[in-house]
Amino acid sequence: MKKAHWEKNLVELIRRTSTDLPADVENVIRRALGREKKDSTAHNFLSMMLKNAAMARRESVPLCQDTGTLSFRFTVPTGFDTNGLASLTRSAVAKATRLGYLRQNTVDSVSGELYVTNVAPAAPLMTFLQGARKTVDARLIMKGGGCENVGQQYSLPDVTLGASRDLEGVRRCVLDAVWKAQGRGCAPGVLGVCIGGDRATGYAHAKEQFLRKLGDRSEVKVLARLEDRLTRDIRKMEIGPMGLGGKTSSLGVKVGTLSRLPASFFVSVSYMCWAFRRRGVLLGPEGGVHRWVY
Amino acid sequence: MIKRIEYPFTEEKVRALRVGDAVALSGRIFTGRDRLHQELADGTASPVGLRDGAMYHCGPVVMKEGDGWVVRAAGPTTSMRQDPFMPRIITNLGVRVIIGKGGMGEATRAACRENGCVYLQAVGGAAALLAASIERVEGVHFLQEFGPTEAMWELVVRDFSAVVTMDTRGRSLHRTIERNTRKNLKMLLEG
Repeated sequence: MKKAHWEKNLVELIRRTSTDLPADVENVIRRALGREKKDSTAHNFLSMMLKNAAMARRESVPLCQDTGTLSFRFTVPTGFDTNGLASLTRSAVAKATRLGYLRQNTVDSVSGELYVTNVAPAAPLMTFLQGARKTVDARLIMKGGGCENVGQQYSLPDVTLGASRDLEGVRRCVLDAVWKAQGRGCAPGVLGVCIGGDRATGYAHAKEQFLRKLGDRSEVKVLARLEDRLTRDIRKMEIGPMGLGGKTSSLGVKVGTLSRLPASFFVSVSYMCWAFRRRGVLLGPEGGVHRWVY
Repeated sequence: MIKRIEYPFTEEKVRALRVGDAVALSGRIFTGRDRLHQELADGTASPVGLRDGAMYHCGPVVMKEGDGWVVRAAGPTTSMRQDPFMPRIITNLGVRVIIGKGGMGEATRAACRENGCVYLQAVGGAAALLAASIERVEGVHFLQEFGPTEAMWELVVRDFSAVVTMDTRGRSLHRTIERNTRKNLKMLLEG
């Protein structure tokens, strides 16, 4: 492993994720802008979001000051040294923090003290998978606290929502979560949904949906239909950008599933703010860039 | 039409603002988050006068440059967490403008009406754009005690964009939207 290469390109992955809104997200915001009435708060806020994206990219500054939880997902070739990669990733995070791409954003939950480098137990979060390619596929999602706080998990049946253990029940849960979030998760956000799993894997899989591009639809027909239906329904809620009303209340809905136990039926809903930070890169065995993804 | 308001944010100026007004704010503002609000509400003396001042719910990304500081990213954080503390800060210290996101609860709404204070919603996540309206960092308080995110940064801004969502007449746009969208939700669940 060429340490310097790896570290440099991992820092670059963090920089891009923090400062460069992915094109698929920006395009959906631009389309939403066209639907809102000119001079309305919704229109003004959406155009400020686009201006912010352009400025952050141009000046290489964070899109949002809450640079969030860093979740890396690495898919590595057989026999690859994941411990080495983990330690390089931690030093890249510390460096990106020193360079101002990340806020000092990691707090000890008991003492309240700050981890000034953003490196702490389980921070950054790293998942390693084994893949068939010779390159390392590195993906990063940064998710802030505002939108994390509005996530919801439901256990069906839910009598108050009239939600039973079927797709209509799932639809009810997602709409309820969106309503409860109002603008607080920095609307218009993207909804990641997991049907099934347990309480931990449900949320994890809901968040994994954020690795999908906004344009794609679920390969499972009934889930693709549910995604479309929810996208239409959420528009009718008229929560609007930052919750001040308007036609744009979300940028998309992504639904995945996990198997479940007979006794459990969880619906986990994770909310990703409009400042949707997601990037990826394929790195060769020496840490050189093969290509950027998204 | 954008209404321009400038520090000091006197009672007269803020009482003229209405829910829905787009404003461009200029002059001195202070950042504060959970730690600062708790301390101020519990009676810790503010190191600076807050009368006719603005409190910005924000934990910025700030870099040291030479002898000074530069703010790189400074969007609003969720305000609701300060709801238990805000009324005491408004009443005792005379804060007249709150800037944040997501709005605040009944306690703050009442304090805004009684004392003459407004709540402004800034665009969450628009941290680069909002940082560009900061002209300079005048100073920082509680940096050692709270760390850079929770510290009280004294900023001078020019045409900082926001929308009035809670005014001195006790109106809250957040409450209105919550009510309207609840109706829409009900319709979607019945349909």
